Amino acid sequence: MAAGVAAWLPFARAAAIGWMPVANLPMPVAPAEKNKRQDELIILNVSGRRFQTWRNTLDRYPDTLLGSSEKEFFYNEETKEYFFDRDPDVFRSVLNFYRTGKLHYPRYECISSYDEELAFFGIVPEIIGDCCYEEYKDRKRENAERLMDDQEDNKDAKLPNMTFRETMWRAFENPHTSTMALVFYYVTGFFIAVSVITNVVETVPCGSAPNQKEVPCGERYTVAFFCMDTACVMIFTVEYLMRLFAAPSRYRFMRSVMSIIDVVAILPYYIGLVMTDNEDVSGAFVTLRVFRVFRIFKFSRHSQGLRILGYTLKSCASELGFLLFSLTMAIIIFATVMFYAEKGSSSSKFTSIPASFWYTIVTMTTLGYGDMVPKTIAGKIFGSICSLSGVLVIALPVPVIVSNFSRIYHQNQRADKRRAQKVQKARLARIRISKTGSSNAFLHSKRNGLFNEALELTQLPYKMNLSDQGSTEDEKRLSKSTSLLESQHHHLLHCLEKTTNHEFVDEQYYQQSYLEGGLQNYPSRSPSLSSQDGVTGTCCTRRTKKHHTPLPNASAPAHMQPLTHTHTHPQGLQELSTIHIQPLSTSRSSLNMRVDEPAPLNCQSSQITTAIISIPTPPVTTPEGDARLPAGPAHQNVVKVSAL
Amino acid sequence: MSVRWETEGLQTVGIVCLVIMFLKLMHLLGLIDITETDDSSDSDLELSTVRHQPEGLDQLQAQTKFTRKELQSLYRGFKNECPSGLVDEETFKSIYSQFFPQGDATTYAHFLFNAFDMDRNGSIRFEDFVIGLSVLLRGSVTEKLNWAFNLYDINKDGYITKEEMLAIMKSIYDMMGRYTYPCVRDEAPSEHVDKFFQKMDRNRDGVVTIEEFIETCQKDENIMNSMQLFENVI
Repeated sequence: MAAGVAAWLPFARAAAIGWMPVANLPMPVAPAEKNKRQDELIILNVSGRRFQTWRNTLDRYPDTLLGSSEKEFFYNEETKEYFFDRDPDVFRSVLNFYRTGKLHYPRYECISSYDEELAFFGIVPEIIGDCCYEEYKDRKRENAERLMDDQEDNKDAKLPNMTFRETMWRAFENPHTSTMALVFYYVTGFFIAVSVITNVVETVPCGSAPNQKEVPCGERYTVAFFCMDTACVMIFTVEYLMRLFAAPSRYRFMRSVMSIIDVVAILPYYIGLVMTDNEDVSGAFVTLRVFRVFRIFKFSRHSQGLRILGYTLKSCASELGFLLFSLTMAIIIFATVMFYAEKGSSSSKFTSIPASFWYTIVTMTTLGYGDMVPKTIAGKIFGSICSLSGVLVIALPVPVIVSNFSRIYHQNQRADKRRAQKVQKARLARIRISKTGSSNAFLHSKRNGLFNEALELTQLPYKMNLSDQGSTEDEKRLSKSTSLLESQHHHLLHCLEKTTNHEFVDEQYYQQSYLEGGLQNYPSRSPSLSSQDGVTGTCCTRRTKKHHTPLPNASAPAHMQPLTHTHTHPQGLQELSTIHIQPLSTSRSSLNMRVDEPAPLNCQSSQITTAIISIPTPPVTTPEGDARLPAGPAHQNVVKVSAL
Repeated sequence: MSVRWETEGLQTVGIVCLVIMFLKLMHLLGLIDITETDDSSDSDLELSTVRHQPEGLDQLQAQTKFTRKELQSLYRGFKNECPSGLVDEETFKSIYSQFFPQGDATTYAHFLFNAFDMDRNGSIRFEDFVIGLSVLLRGSVTEKLNWAFNLYDINKDGYITKEEMLAIMKSIYDMMGRYTYPCVRDEAPSEHVDKFFQKMDRNRDGVVTIEEFIETCQKDENIMNSMQLFENVI
């Protein structure tokens, strides 16, 4: 619940008195407040800086370190304060989160130190407020990319036991790993260049005999060019086949862009071989030769800059799309206007609207060939407006593309720089070691390295926690003592259920119960408390899971669950209308953990008979008592009697 | 001939466009002042600067049954959520709705707001808030029942009619939302209202007066028990 809203919970509960005269059922017992203490100031000493706040403020988020009893570990008896040996600057943001309910990310803070502090205090970064969330995500992404670069560099270390196929693939992908690979790399590069130059030179008019017209070199030295082409294509084919053989996943390799370029580059040659001297298809054959120019794209394996350019264009696809769309709109508008403006003038080149497209494009991109020029006054006015707006429309998306390119480019630069730096660092370390000459320094540096790795390792499981909440950390938290606030909120909702004599369920269950409305099932009930708890637990958890978005505390759903299990039930009559079939395969612990998986609730909407089963149940007030109830009875003793 | 008109027409249009753009440019540069109407954005500022300071702690202590510390703690929570010292109906509705995520609590919140807003000026001050809470949490059973009657009696005429009760009941059922078990049928609120009237309306005149209400409630075990439920909320 939001911090401020938590302060209004007493009010909401008091207002519930308004339902009492209307309700027909007895109300559930309110959760007891075990040790009701007056609100007091507590002192948090973070590395010497003292922060003070009310205890209630911290209790608002009971699943964090400060809100739970975990902070007792940090209590200093002599000074009567809680001492944390952490960064006081980041702690400021953390404490403000408790006070205002919003977590802010300060820009000057390093992203990984901030993440560490949040992890230490048990706060999920996803609840960072909208004002700071973009910034946080951007920085996090940058950091992740940087880390990935690091990992990729580390992968270069040669692994033992690589099959021939794997060695070949590595050689193809990273040419600097072995001399053979390097040789291969340069040879293919050379042949690509040769092939491209050949294609170009083929069309240059060579000197001709005086009585003949100029012929291009290709037709003059046919054999030579053919041999050259054949050689290049041989090399490319062999290279392609070798890559295909070495690829770890052949299917994926064949679908990749580079492989398609390779195929398109060499296919025309083979097609040309197959269809020889057939006049009808020679036109098509000529078209195919155009595709030979794609060999130039094979250079992208050799040039990183080209790859970056391609990657940039791909990542700016939306901006490019916008540019194209707006240009098209503008072209159509201006072409239409120009056509109608110039219709009157004689010998006008603007014969139709599509013909005017050419003029508009040339003008908007400020080329201005001058082959089509407006002659009327109106045409000139609109033509000038057209060229002015062209400049604007094209200039708008370009900075976005440029900034994307520069970001990716700089990242690559950074990767190279860091590789150079690592060498430097290793060198300095070695110098240091040799200077001191003792094993202590060596151990120290090794420990530092390990420590950093260990930190990363502890980060990763935490990060995984965020994605799937069914992890052990949550489990531990769930078994801790639950928050009074949550139990009070649930008591309030339970009172509402009793007032209206209906129960909250989740959407899935609701739909299920309507799909299977036909079957009549009469469950036999196991000891009422556990099954009732279990099912209400799932009902309530589904509810809280579904609607936790208005509540800023994202960890609330994970935490609300055990409370519903500890929900006390009316001591006395329990009507049949509130009886459900216990889901067969879910146990209490799994109900606890898996918030986002729909438990296979088999609750059928039974045709409710009027039998009222009164089961005097002792009210269970302690959460620990419930937690100890075995999960066994929860899913035993359920007998589904099929429809009569 | 028509072609000529076309071109002349376009010419005019072109010249008009040019003139307008020129004027806009001048306005942009600040050389001409083309005054527009509509400075309504400033008027919004006024409302937010309205602030309210509550009466002194001593007066509130006299008016309510809370201790000094409790009042302090209540005010801190109140001020945190509403820094201006006043709760208007929209804020109230949004706060109350957060406690009932599955359903629509706005109608009931509206009735609740009217019950708290004693001087009917459209906003709840801290005094109203704390006096209302004092009745609900520390008041006698009669006072609480009075408060509940006041809540149900929408037009505050001293009688609860079936329509008023139906409105209240519908708003309560709205808070349950769509996903309930069993499903809330459309007749459920009115059936509930009928049951209520059967119980409360002694002389069968179609309205419930305050005396009938209090009398019936005092005879009902469940209701008396549930009134004591929230004694120790603060």
